[in-house]
Amino acid sequence: MDLANLIDVATAEQMRQKPLRVNCCTSTGCRAARSLEVMQNLEAAVEAEGLTDRVEVVGVGCMGFCGLGPLVQVEPSATLYDESHRSTALVEDLFYEGVKPAEATSIIGALNGGVTTALKGDLQHPFFARQKKVVREYSGRIDPERIEEYIAVGGYRALYKALFEMTPEEVVAEITKSGLRGRGGGGYPTGLKWATVAKMPAGQKYVICNGDEGDPGAFMDRSVLESDPHLILEGMAIAGYAVGANHGFIYVRAEYPLAIQRLQKAIQQAKKYGLLGTQIFDSHWDFKIDIRIGAGAFVCGEETALIQSVEGGRGNPRPRPPYPAQSGLWQCPTLINNVETFGNITPIVRNGSDWYAGIGTEKSKGTKIFALTGKIRNNGLIEVPMGITLREIVEEMGGGVPDGTVKAVQTGGPSGGCIPATLLDTPVAYDSLVEIGSMMGSGGMVVMDESTSMVEVAHFYMEFCREESCGKCIPCRAGTVQLHELLTRFLKKQATKADLEKLESLCQMVKETSLCGLGMSAPNPVLSTLRYFHEEYEALLQAPIYAVPAYAVPD
Amino acid sequence: MPTLNPQSPSHPDLKSPQSSKAKDQALSDRRFKTLDMTMKRNQFKHDALIEVLHKAQESFGYLEEEVLIYIARGLKLPLSRVYGVATFYHLFSLKPSGAHTCIVCLGTACYVKGSSKVLQALEQELGTSVGNTSADGKVSLLSARCIGACGIAPAVVFDGVVAGKIEPEETLKRIQAWEAED
Repeated sequence: MDLANLIDVATAEQMRQKPLRVNCCTSTGCRAARSLEVMQNLEAAVEAEGLTDRVEVVGVGCMGFCGLGPLVQVEPSATLYDESHRSTALVEDLFYEGVKPAEATSIIGALNGGVTTALKGDLQHPFFARQKKVVREYSGRIDPERIEEYIAVGGYRALYKALFEMTPEEVVAEITKSGLRGRGGGGYPTGLKWATVAKMPAGQKYVICNGDEGDPGAFMDRSVLESDPHLILEGMAIAGYAVGANHGFIYVRAEYPLAIQRLQKAIQQAKKYGLLGTQIFDSHWDFKIDIRIGAGAFVCGEETALIQSVEGGRGNPRPRPPYPAQSGLWQCPTLINNVETFGNITPIVRNGSDWYAGIGTEKSKGTKIFALTGKIRNNGLIEVPMGITLREIVEEMGGGVPDGTVKAVQTGGPSGGCIPATLLDTPVAYDSLVEIGSMMGSGGMVVMDESTSMVEVAHFYMEFCREESCGKCIPCRAGTVQLHELLTRFLKKQATKADLEKLESLCQMVKETSLCGLGMSAPNPVLSTLRYFHEEYEALLQAPIYAVPAYAVPD
Repeated sequence: MPTLNPQSPSHPDLKSPQSSKAKDQALSDRRFKTLDMTMKRNQFKHDALIEVLHKAQESFGYLEEEVLIYIARGLKLPLSRVYGVATFYHLFSLKPSGAHTCIVCLGTACYVKGSSKVLQALEQELGTSVGNTSADGKVSLLSARCIGACGIAPAVVFDGVVAGKIEPEETLKRIQAWEAED
């Protein structure tokens, strides 16, 4: 395989595609809403209407609007390759939500001049219009199970560019210049991490993709892996070239069977085309990728614990330093990045770091995918430029709370905090969220309304951390149990003022003395709710045993 | 409905005690063979342990002691390490599971949308708590930390099939259908 072959594959695929594509979402969310039946019916209808030479039905990945699945979109195939077609396309009108299997036939009929009863969606709605898609550009538009479609939209061209037109140092410099920061939650500068691994003496090095998306309420990694697996493979291969590694691992949660299945298929196809494995693009460079499947442990999202798990052991974290970049998997220098971080690599190499640095704020560049869920009208995944305010996300894009008002927005999962409605004008960026006591996290954004008790939410997260603590260090193992116990007393209205003080000091202690990120961030939901919703804790204090005398005490 | 005479040789359960035992043996041999194959494919490397345990759970339904010992021998690992890994991860079960499994997602989005009510209803119906199997051995009730289907919260997984936006009544209906089976 060389560049000419790659272009041949792309052209052949563009020629093969029919003028109109009927995209039907086949990701987990829509599947649960019977999208596979919808797709079968669509295919049958195309046959019945005699449109087989003009229309093809494509099972695509996630389109993002998961709350109203199954989603079906009609799109001219030319818009995939040529920006200029996008403005004149008829697609704006042909987007359907909540399609029932019985309505599939009429959607195809409508292409022939018929009328359809299917619910039309509005792509001009802020939910779609305010998005800026970098990682998810082709999610929901190409078939994730066919590498040809990925190649046809320019796939693996960035890998070629890195391999033949850039030195490894130049690739690292490009990533550094782009200002990309880790999307797993910490926000560590990606370029710096790559440079550390690249500077280690030559020898066995590894690249690991962290797909252990444990944060409940976040599902962007699942969606990216299900919708565009080759994007991640390509990003990992570029990373391998840049840091001098020839072996990569993708660690995926066992809870994501469809993502695992699609990744396996993608790796096989890439190998067949000589884009992974030995002598990539007929060069002297090899890179292979293996999948490692998790077994349900939240702590394995922590990088040192994840390394233990890849090695086949218990997922216990260990103290850092040494950082994995110096001594990681089997004591070799290891580069660990999140799925979404790898998803940004290919666009950066393809379009250049200046383009990427032009998106976002000064200290947080690029876009971020958020999973907007909870008590909100428009549920789903959105990719927005950094610096957008929470209000724009929740009220404009999300459409606000159905019959109610926003009370708080929880970001960062069990490691993050609850942001009260009064702070909704905060821009979304790494530092601004930390300042107000929460964090970006992996991108879960759960909206809560007036009916949600914040103490209960803190209790919920603490129970989660208690269960998920690996038990290696005492502050986390014992601290989370005690914190949970204290919060339970609040919920039972048995807590005293002393308990409230104890709660605060214990939170600080666990935060400062725990070994890994899980323990250090476990008290965050409690601390942030204490900070912004103190009155709710006070309202749950035990009633005084004796009545306070109503008369004034004589002096 | 024609009833089978338990004594008649055509009864599936009671052909003859010996042949059924032999059949059991053969079946379990086949399952051990898949374990062998998985270990061999991974060149008996120690880091394949989690994958082998996944395979074992898939073919045996749960990880009984005999299986753990077998894997420890195969991969040349101390049994304590195998046991340690098997008990560390939530997905591995050392107890036999029911004929059907029902997994309630307890992620944040599902929680905010009332998954605890779904769980309560299920616990009441099955007369058991999360992580256990109903007394008749038909349904195992499990919880998950987030299955990533937050867009359609609350979500419940019935025998591997995800159902979204589910109400307690609807879950009970599904469970009752399982319980009515024989």
